[in-house]
Amino acid sequence: MSVTISIKNALKKYGDNVIIPDLNLEIKEGEFFTLLGPSGCGKTTLLRMIAGFNSIEGGDFFFNDTRINDLDPAKRNIGMVFQNYAIFPHMTVRKNVEFGLKNKKLPKDQVKTQAEKFMALMHVDEYAERLPERLSGGQQQRVALARALCIEPDVLLFDEPLSNLDAKLRVEMRTVIKNIQHSVGITTVYVTHDQEEAMAVSDRIAVMNAGVIQHVGTPKNIYQRPANLFVSTFIGRSNVMNGKLAIEDGKTMLVTPSGYKAEMVNVLDQYKQDQDVIMSIRPEELILNRDVNAEGITATVDDCVFLGLMTHYFVHLESGEEAEIIQESSIDSIIEPGTKIKLTLNTEKINIFTADGSANMLTGVCNDCANA
Amino acid sequence: MAGKKKFEIWTVVALALLASFILFLVYPLGTVLKESVIMPDGSVSLEQFAKFFSKSYYVNTIFNSVKVTLSVTCVSLLLGIPIAYFYSFYKIKFSKTIFVLSILCCMSAPFIGAYSWIMLLGRGGVITQFLEGVVGLKVGSIYGFKGILLVQSLKFFPLVFIYMNGAFKNIDNTLMEASANMGCVGLRRLKDIVLALSMPTILAAALMVFMQAFADFGTPMLLGEGYQTFPVLIYNQYLGETTNNYNFAAALAVIAIIVTAIVFFFQKWATNRFKFSMSALHPVEKKEAKGIKGFFMHLYCYVLVAIAFMPQLYIIYLSFRNCKGAIFHPGYSLVNYQQALKKLLWRSIKNTTMMGILSLTIIIVIAVLIAYLVVRRANTLNNTIDTIAMLPYIMPGAVIGLALLMAFGKKPFALTGTFAIMVIALVIRRLPYTSRSATATLMHISLSIEEAAISLGASKLKTFITITVPMMANGILSGAILSWVAIVTELSSGIILYNNKSITLTMSTYVAITRGNYGLAAAFAAILTVVTTISLLIYLAVSKSEDVNL
Repeated sequence: MSVTISIKNALKKYGDNVIIPDLNLEIKEGEFFTLLGPSGCGKTTLLRMIAGFNSIEGGDFFFNDTRINDLDPAKRNIGMVFQNYAIFPHMTVRKNVEFGLKNKKLPKDQVKTQAEKFMALMHVDEYAERLPERLSGGQQQRVALARALCIEPDVLLFDEPLSNLDAKLRVEMRTVIKNIQHSVGITTVYVTHDQEEAMAVSDRIAVMNAGVIQHVGTPKNIYQRPANLFVSTFIGRSNVMNGKLAIEDGKTMLVTPSGYKAEMVNVLDQYKQDQDVIMSIRPEELILNRDVNAEGITATVDDCVFLGLMTHYFVHLESGEEAEIIQESSIDSIIEPGTKIKLTLNTEKINIFTADGSANMLTGVCNDCANA
Repeated sequence: MAGKKKFEIWTVVALALLASFILFLVYPLGTVLKESVIMPDGSVSLEQFAKFFSKSYYVNTIFNSVKVTLSVTCVSLLLGIPIAYFYSFYKIKFSKTIFVLSILCCMSAPFIGAYSWIMLLGRGGVITQFLEGVVGLKVGSIYGFKGILLVQSLKFFPLVFIYMNGAFKNIDNTLMEASANMGCVGLRRLKDIVLALSMPTILAAALMVFMQAFADFGTPMLLGEGYQTFPVLIYNQYLGETTNNYNFAAALAVIAIIVTAIVFFFQKWATNRFKFSMSALHPVEKKEAKGIKGFFMHLYCYVLVAIAFMPQLYIIYLSFRNCKGAIFHPGYSLVNYQQALKKLLWRSIKNTTMMGILSLTIIIVIAVLIAYLVVRRANTLNNTIDTIAMLPYIMPGAVIGLALLMAFGKKPFALTGTFAIMVIALVIRRLPYTSRSATATLMHISLSIEEAAISLGASKLKTFITITVPMMANGILSGAILSWVAIVTELSSGIILYNNKSITLTMSTYVAITRGNYGLAAAFAAILTVVTTISLLIYLAVSKSEDVNL
């Protein structure tokens, strides 16, 4: 049975060192929810508070209506997959998978059939009698997953499960994890620092920094309309530049340091006034024009990198800032370093933030985080 | 660990351990300290220490001990490092046999080696007589400094061998290749890379050799003659025939602890300067030992191990020789064994086995508990327990024997000569080694494995028993069998504590030697050697590896 996880005013400290000051979060029943953030942001700490391995200094954790703060970790009915897999090295694959079922005191034949079902599901049934040391990393990860799933947990927790695998296996395993999660429909909390991985697997992502949730939303929304400057720079790449907002003839104009102006039609009403802003422009949101007489920001190409599908240009602007541009590679020749070009903005896509970077000024931000 | 601090079973375990350590370790050591400064008439005085330092006869024993022990340490390193290097980096023929024989050498009771060397090189020794009679060469005396140095070096170089072999295995082959790539090969690479990388292990091996050689009582007792070392002095002061001075013996024990403590902390200080961690992804591939170089490598390994192992073989040979008292007669028989049967052979074997099993069980249980407390429940109380348990590491066996005797020699705890006090002494003596290896093993076990078990619904106790302990089993077992051998061959503390009822094989051998029953001694020693050999072979079969953890 799957559950909704509600976290209210969670507080975590080690001594006087506050890791998570006051965190509120609701994870919906059956969803694949990812905690994403730089290392040390408190995401693993939060996960371990849910699992019961970290003490909770304040606030309430609920599975549906049951408060679990003081519930023994062994009784929370959680399936957990660890970064180092945590496979019991002295037990065969089968014994590993059966371990949780035996603790539930299920009848013997049921333990066997259940374990076999999940070993087959994870394609590790052929190694059932092997000791873990004779399995590859990917196979061990599958065993860990089978072991976590077969107790039919209310919640699945993943603590950076793919970080010990090589790049190719990582991509393969994340698809496996996502597909399994969708087919069993168990509420899942997944911790990672890899934003691409988070995008690939999640229904919703919570971006954390310094123990505070910055933005909770779908991968698409977090990428396209990040709630604040931190999220926009942490997710994907962004060129961050200072700019100004100016109201001219009732139109809201974005003014770059070099004086280039572009109309913004999606600025929230409360921000429609003259003020300093921070522009966050993804490399693909800068449009490159070889015609130096065209309107736009003047820039000089410093370097270019051809990557097949895309070509990256590194340029510096008239006003001194450096920027990165990504363009689909074209069949004609690459622009040589030293060439002067003009840049314009894809105003529909770029984001602008208040001068302190704390809030996005545009419409379309969907942040489910209550205290953001 | 969830929620508020709950009352835990581990707190009870910790307090129970602390209580037993206070009773069986802190209290006896306190007694020694007390006896050393409080005179029979109740006055406090440093008179005993003054007595020690005022007479060169006494002070010299310290110099003797330190001098011979340092020499033994250096010679052991010089003998052990090359053989370990050849063994780890080259394909030496019969290398496995060499390794096993080396371990057997350092596992035998030290004084048996000494006794056998006397038989070979002593005044009436076969080699001595052969050289004098046939070749006309005078070998000089094996007694005194030279003899102790010879016997102890040959006994302890295998320790260095075992330690260094472990360190060399951890050197990644790419480091060797990188060094060759930058033009550093041969002896320079050996010095700048291989030995420099192994420095922490060299120091650890040196400390181990120093501690064991310093505390060795049997060898200098048999071979020292005029060259008296510290453990011998302590023993003589306590139980010697001429003098019997409790307070002075206690003062000696305190001085001994101070000397070993200084060495211990000096070693720690030196080790801290070489702190780095390595783990080899690509272990070094052994090269063929070819040509003249290869010949000398083989020669070195074989000759060294042969010399070191010779005394043990000779003892077994002697045990079948006809013998009356101290004189061996021509011809072979089982007369020595028949005599042994009359002289408490069965009791010795029974005691040895029972004490060994009981002590080992207690040691393993306590070591596992301490490891868990220190690694998983670190707090001041548990770290204190760990530190106390480690104290005997720097204490010569004679000191521990003396401490237990002083503490439990009189009411309310009159335990001297009982089976119990022997077990207590053995546990105290050997616990630091096992608890170290148990702690190290547990540190390498990731906490998340235990968490996985808990999240799969296992209780904490069940997790500990079904997950933690089995995972530690390998590390503990490998250490345990060596502890077993050390227990079986223990002499220095036992010699002070035993009596006729609690006599062991080692003690029987020693008694036979000191009473001049050489044939009888050879029989006991041969049995002891067989017991240790079998134990070791079991160990090698069980652990299925060449690695030996001490």
